[in-house]
Amino acid sequence: MRVKLKLIILLLSFIVSIHAAGVLAKEAEPLAADPEMEKRVNAITAELRCLVCQNQTIADSHAALAVDLKNQVRQMVGSGKTQDQIVDYMVKRYGDFVRYRPPVKPTTYLLWAGPFILLVVGVVLLISNLRKRKQIIVDAPLSADENDRLQSLLGADATVAGKNSGGEVKPS
Amino acid sequence: MSRNLRFLIPLVIFFVVAGFLYKGLSLNPREVPSPFINKPAPDFALQKLDNMSEQFSNKDMLGKVWLLNVWASWCVACRQEHPLLVQMARRGEVPIYGLNYKDAPSQAKQWLKQHGNPYELSAVDYQGNVGIDYGVYGVPETFVIDKRGIIRHKVIGPITPGILNECVMPLVKMLEQEDPQVTPVEYKGVEGCA
Repeated sequence: MRVKLKLIILLLSFIVSIHAAGVLAKEAEPLAADPEMEKRVNAITAELRCLVCQNQTIADSHAALAVDLKNQVRQMVGSGKTQDQIVDYMVKRYGDFVRYRPPVKPTTYLLWAGPFILLVVGVVLLISNLRKRKQIIVDAPLSADENDRLQSLLGADATVAGKNSGGEVKPS
Repeated sequence: MSRNLRFLIPLVIFFVVAGFLYKGLSLNPREVPSPFINKPAPDFALQKLDNMSEQFSNKDMLGKVWLLNVWASWCVACRQEHPLLVQMARRGEVPIYGLNYKDAPSQAKQWLKQHGNPYELSAVDYQGNVGIDYGVYGVPETFVIDKRGIIRHKVIGPITPGILNECVMPLVKMLEQEDPQVTPVEYKGVEGCA
């Protein structure tokens, strides 16, 4: 009986999952006839910023200009342009701002190198601080009095510990 | 730094960060620096709005300083700057040409009839391809083009009296003094356009 029930549940979930996969596949159906090309178009437009809604890529955006630009990219991919050529085409018209990945050039050196510079500065500061601390901490041998006190304290502790041995330590 | 002044370090850092924030927050993210400044205006040849059998090309304007104003009847901000354009046209200080961007010609004509027509003529960019070539992303946009056919400035969004008096008109006056034959070319700007 239980085995039968398990089997039915398994079968049901299998059917449901197949159905779900079918629905998903339908949603992801590409616009162009050639899915391979559409994949390239999507990859390229996902790197480009939509200038109308600036926090979206052209691939994501439904603004009229983004749709136009997507068509433009589709055309260019169709005519065999490479990704670099297409990105150049966009940069020529809208500036570096359209690229989500800023190019490495003199005005962006600081942007690219900044995190690493900060990291180096941090490490240098850390090392110099550690060294300074080492110098500040001077070995100070205990005086005879202090030594006696230490011994007596440790001795007392040792006896207490001895008395308690075997028993449970009370949580303080 | 002396030990006594070390407590000032966080204060200084605060003011530096606050300064950057102040500057950053007062910038307009819509104003993306145009890559066309001091570059030749992209070539186009489009039908004229009022006479579809004729074409208008940017090359027709070589030797003149002119404004190319991108507009559309569906564009709300265009309505805002329109009275100013009409005034400018009446004064006749600089020829204004329209690029009717992604608009139905019948509606565009109706719009001009209703609000006045400041344009010497409007070119019909029904598909928006010329708009893409000019990097248009927010209508209205206005390009200031010099005698050599070089774009010298671009106003993004509606022209205001302030922009007109401090940037556009001084720039136009300066450009009109330029001799297009002189080489090497030196692209001077106007303070108000910075």
